[in-house]
Amino acid sequence: MKTQNQKAWYFVLPVLLLVAFNALIPMMTVVNYSVQETFGNNVFFWEGLRWFEELLNSDRFHAALGRQFLFTGLILLIEVPLGIIIALSMPRKGPWVPVCLILMALPMLIPWNVVGAMWNIFTLPDIGLLGYLMNTTLGIDYDMTQSPFAAWATIITMDVWHWTSLVVLLSYAGLVSIPDAYYQAAKIDGASPFKVFRYIQLPKMKQVLTIAILLRFMDSFNIYTEVFVLTGGGPGNSTTLLSIDLVKIALGQFDLGPAAAMSLIYFAITLLVSWLFYTLMTKDDAK
Amino acid sequence: MAKITLSKLRHSYMPNPTSPDDYALKEIDLDWSDGGAYALLGPSGCGKSTLLNIISGLLEPSEGQILFDGKDVTALPPDQRNIAQVFQFPVIYDTMTVFDNLAFPLRNRGVDEARVQRRVSEIATMLEVTDLLGTKAAGLSPDNKQKISMGRGLVRDDVNVVMFDEPLTVIDPHLKWKLRSKLKELHQKVRATMIYVTHDQTEALTFADQVVVMQDGEIVQIGTPVELFERPAHTFVGHFIGSPGMNVLAAEMRDGGAFLNGHHIALEGAVTAQDGTPQIGVRPEFVRIGDTGLPATVRKVSDIGRHSVIEAMVGDTSVKAITEGAVPEQGADVHLQFQQDQTRLYRDGWLATEGAAS
Repeated sequence: MKTQNQKAWYFVLPVLLLVAFNALIPMMTVVNYSVQETFGNNVFFWEGLRWFEELLNSDRFHAALGRQFLFTGLILLIEVPLGIIIALSMPRKGPWVPVCLILMALPMLIPWNVVGAMWNIFTLPDIGLLGYLMNTTLGIDYDMTQSPFAAWATIITMDVWHWTSLVVLLSYAGLVSIPDAYYQAAKIDGASPFKVFRYIQLPKMKQVLTIAILLRFMDSFNIYTEVFVLTGGGPGNSTTLLSIDLVKIALGQFDLGPAAAMSLIYFAITLLVSWLFYTLMTKDDAK
Repeated sequence: MAKITLSKLRHSYMPNPTSPDDYALKEIDLDWSDGGAYALLGPSGCGKSTLLNIISGLLEPSEGQILFDGKDVTALPPDQRNIAQVFQFPVIYDTMTVFDNLAFPLRNRGVDEARVQRRVSEIATMLEVTDLLGTKAAGLSPDNKQKISMGRGLVRDDVNVVMFDEPLTVIDPHLKWKLRSKLKELHQKVRATMIYVTHDQTEALTFADQVVVMQDGEIVQIGTPVELFERPAHTFVGHFIGSPGMNVLAAEMRDGGAFLNGHHIALEGAVTAQDGTPQIGVRPEFVRIGDTGLPATVRKVSDIGRHSVIEAMVGDTSVKAITEGAVPEQGADVHLQFQQDQTRLYRDGWLATEGAAS
């Protein structure tokens, strides 16, 4: 039998401490709030699991959760294939490579609230470039403060604009790691472009794509700033995603208990779906 | 299978080559006969992979033509040339099984499934990978991966030529020998034209019937392994092939004879070229230590098992000799004798004496 050396645990200790202070301990305060009720003055009453039960049975929560899944599903369906297509069409060598990479990275460098503000102004019907073009020049009725459809179209487009680059850059990193010999061998083997994609490019991109999909899932599932700045959750509640609803409850209504319970459920869902994604996408590798 | 003709082939990686040095491949005229086993031998960067890629169609030459059985294929892409190529590092389709990997080149060309089954199992038997056919290719060991890459090159029986680009680089030494003899055996079985690129003389000499030696984008000699060893047409061939390589000694020409450090050296035959820097070439195998002859001082003796390599100084020139008998001590004064029919004159690197027999 191999003797196990337990010393390695000491090396993990600093990270554990760091995580404890910036994640675990703050989260415990949330757990604490989630089982109590307060009316201010730092006075708390025990409520047990009431907030969790109420939340799980609330139509408002179901609606926000549904919108959240719809939003995340739509942007993943658009950004992943689009990102792969763009990465495939980028040059692999030559002077245009840095140009393409910088152009691709630009949207990601813009602060999130600025993205929201930019798209807000961009789509204003009277002065915004897009809004004016759509309404006045093309004669299409487009006002995201009035129409839920326009609001949804705008937040989806904004997220695609902001984050497809991440999928592009990660896929591109996977693509450039493929040695030339693979393409040459495929040519000699008489493989069609589709087969090159299916049997060479896609398998080689799989690992980075797993990361890209996970990151995009988590980020879009927790999206707050851009949508809040752009639509504020409206018109009505049509773009009130989970995080926006959470902030409304916690800071608008100042219901700390229900908000804490919602935070925990929100976190659990994100964790569960991420785990599902990861397990599904890596299950072939284990064999 | 086809005869391959390279006609006035030149290639440069620069857009506007001007001087001959801009060419990675200098003018090449060459015939590869049908069914031959050829090796392209040369040091790294001599242009052998460039030449290979031009034959396979991965690279279009700047000038010249490639003919397969007299048909010009210079402008055809690789898949229309009907060739197979095995690369330096194994190329494996990770998500497929070993069987599907081997069947890939056939299925892409619409070969019917019964034939695919037959060919794949034949090749798998030859390469001894039959029991791996059902496993995923991703998990194979490097040498098995390379076997599969080779198998994909050999699975089609209608190819004009099978090319190997240093295929044994990643293989463990003890398996190298096995795979090399396997390849030789395969060549005898399938009788396809095969071109094997390598910088390893052992690989080239064991695999090929004809070895093409390249240096700096030029073909310096084509011949059987024996010819290359016994009568190098260029000092480079003499030096590159053999271990240790041929002694190449700066000589002085006067009165129609060659002199080394003031001593007359008998050559195999008449000198055919009068210009260019003269050098005497003689392999260590043909230098003997004797009582008479060129006086020299022993500088180093290396015992390499079956024989010893003696490095002796003739003036400022070092000469290597191989002996199997008793060895002189370091610092001893000895006399060297060059076997006359194996002692040649080179001018600017090229052979410049007539052969003794011919």
